[in-house]
Amino acid sequence: MDEWGVAMTLLLQEILNGIVVGSIYSLVALGLTLVYGVMEIPNFAHGHLYMLGAYIAFFLLTSAHFSYWPALLGAVVVLVVVGLLVERLVFNPLRKAPQVNAMIASVGVMLFLEALAQAIWGPNYLQMPTPYGNVLHIGALSVTQQQLLVVVAAIVMMVLLNLFLKRTMIGAAIEAVAQHREGALLVGIPSGRIAMLTFAIASGLAALAAVLVTPINLLFPAMGTMVIMKAFVIIVLGGMGSIPGAILGGYILALAESIGGAYISTNYQDLIAFAVLVLILSIRPAGLFARRA
Amino acid sequence: MKPQVWRRAGVSLLLVLGLALPLVVSNGYYQQVIVLAYIWAIATYGMNIILGYTGLLSLGQAGFFGVGAYTAALLMLKLNWNFWPALLAALVVSLVLGYLVAIVSLRTRGHYFAIFTMAVGVILNLVIDRWNGLTNGEVGLVGVPGPGSIGPVSLDSDLGKYYVVYVFLVVAVWIAWSLRHSLPGRALLAIRNSEDLAEAIGTPVMRFKRLAFVLSTAFAGVAGALFAGYMGYLGPDVTSINMTFNMLLYLLIGGIGSIAGPLLGALIVSFLTQFLQIFQDYQMLIFGPVLVLLIIFFPGGLASVPRLIRRRRARDHAAAVAMAEAAAIEGSGSAKEGA
Repeated sequence: MDEWGVAMTLLLQEILNGIVVGSIYSLVALGLTLVYGVMEIPNFAHGHLYMLGAYIAFFLLTSAHFSYWPALLGAVVVLVVVGLLVERLVFNPLRKAPQVNAMIASVGVMLFLEALAQAIWGPNYLQMPTPYGNVLHIGALSVTQQQLLVVVAAIVMMVLLNLFLKRTMIGAAIEAVAQHREGALLVGIPSGRIAMLTFAIASGLAALAAVLVTPINLLFPAMGTMVIMKAFVIIVLGGMGSIPGAILGGYILALAESIGGAYISTNYQDLIAFAVLVLILSIRPAGLFARRA
Repeated sequence: MKPQVWRRAGVSLLLVLGLALPLVVSNGYYQQVIVLAYIWAIATYGMNIILGYTGLLSLGQAGFFGVGAYTAALLMLKLNWNFWPALLAALVVSLVLGYLVAIVSLRTRGHYFAIFTMAVGVILNLVIDRWNGLTNGEVGLVGVPGPGSIGPVSLDSDLGKYYVVYVFLVVAVWIAWSLRHSLPGRALLAIRNSEDLAEAIGTPVMRFKRLAFVLSTAFAGVAGALFAGYMGYLGPDVTSINMTFNMLLYLLIGGIGSIAGPLLGALIVSFLTQFLQIFQDYQMLIFGPVLVLLIIFFPGGLASVPRLIRRRRARDHAAAVAMAEAAAIEGSGSAKEGA
C-alpha cells in the first residue's frame, strides 16, 4: 500500500470508531434531550443511570449467568423502574420549585448512584463479557462484532423511537408536552404521567446504550460522569429538547473527537467537546438552535 | 440589652473560640480536618455569592480553585516566589480569568449557564490534569512552600498555618456579611428573585452578575492558594467537578444564601466524614439522598432552623392567644347564659 492508502485507511478507521462512539453518544443524548424537552430539567444523573444499567447487566451476566440478550433486556427493565422511581420521588416534588433546585437534586441522585455502585461492586475497573468479541476485517479496516452490534442496535432504536413518537398517540402526547406544557394540559394530556413515561424511556435508552458499549470499554463507578458531560455538549449543540439534534450532534461530536484525537492529540481528545461547547455558547448564548418558545 | 449588643457579643465569642480552638484541640490530625474545612468553606462562600445570593448555579468553582492553587504553587516552585506574593498573584489570576469567563458565560441564562460553567470547570480540570510539562499531570506538585515567617514569628508551624487560614476565613465571612447588607448585595438578591423585575426597576443586572461571578472565582482562587500552601502538595483531583459538588453539599446542608451556611456545612460534613466510620465508607450514599431531601423539604438548610423555630413559636403563640381569646369569649358567653 502506498503512503496515501495508509493515510486513507487510518482516516476511515477513525471515522468507523467515531460512528461506533457516536451511536452511544446519540442514545444517551436522546434520553437527556427527551427529559429536558418534557420536564425542562437538565438531569445530571442521566449518565449515572447509564452506569447503573451497565452494572445491572454485569451482575446478570456474571452472577446470575444470564446470556447477553436477556441480561441486556433485564438491565433495561430494571432501569425503567429506577427511572420511574427517580421521577416520582425526586423530580415530581420539585416541579414548582426554582429551576436550580431540580438541578441540585439531580446532582444528589448522581452522587448517590455512584456511591451505590462503588459500595456494591467496588471501585475497580471491571470487564463485561460478550459473545461478540471476534474481529472482522473489511479490506484493511478492522472492526469487532460488538462494535457493529452497537451501530446497528443504536440505529434500530432510533428508528423505533421515532416511529413511537410520530405514529402513536402516546408518542404524540409526549411531543405535545414538550412543545407546550400548559397547552397539552388544556387538551387533557396528563403531563405528570407523560413525565414518568419520558423518564422511564430515557433511563431504558441509557441502560441499552451502556450494555451495548461496555464490553468495548470498561466498567467503573464514575463511567457516567464524562458521558453525561458530553451528552450535555451534544444537546446544546443540537438544541436542547431536539431529537434529530441529539442524534446528529452525537455523531458529529464523536467524529470530531476521533479524527481530532488521531490528528491533533489523543491527550487532549476529551477537551474537544468542551471547547466546542464554550465556543458555541460564546457565539450563540441560547444554543445553536434556540428552541421555539 | 439591645439585639445588636447580643449579636456583637456572639460574634466576639465565636472569634475568640476560633482563636482558642487550636490550643484546645492539640491533636494535629483533628487540626488538619478543621483547617481543610475552613479552606473549603472559603471557596464555598464564593459559591454562596453566585448561587445563594444571585441564584446562578456555577459549576466551575473547583476549576477556579485549581487555578488559584496551581498559580500559587507554580510561582513558588518554578520562580521561587514567596507565599504572599504568590497568593496575591493567585487572587489576581482567578479574578482576571473569572472576569473573562463572566463576560461570555453570563450572556447565557438558566440551564445554559450551569452547563457552560460546568464545561469551563471541566476544561480547567483537564488542562491541569494533562499538561504534564507545566503541572506535572496526575503526579502533581510536591514541596510547595508554606507561608514562611513574619519577623520572628514562624507561620509554617501547624499553629501558624491554622491562624493564617483562620484570618482568611474571617475576612471571607466579613466580606460575605458586608456584601449581604450592602446595596450591591441587595441587588444580587433582587436578581435571584426575578431577573426581569430587577432589570425593570433599573438594576444594572449584568454588572452585578459579573461582580458576583468574579467574587466567587476570587474566593475559590484564594482558597486554592491557601490549600497549596497548607498541604505542601497538590494534585489535579482537587480541581475535579466532584469538588464543586462537595461545595454544593456544604452550602445546602449549612444553608444556602446564609452567612453561617458555608462554614457550618463544611465543618459538619468534614467532621461526620472523619469521625463516623459509616460516613467514611458510604459518604455519598448518605449525603446524596440528604442533598435531595434538603432541596425538597428544607431548602434553607441548617442556618434556617432558628428562623423556622421562631416562626413556629410565633404561630404557636398566636394560636394560643387565639384559643385563650376564644375560651374567654365562650366563658363570658356561658357566664351570661348562667346569669
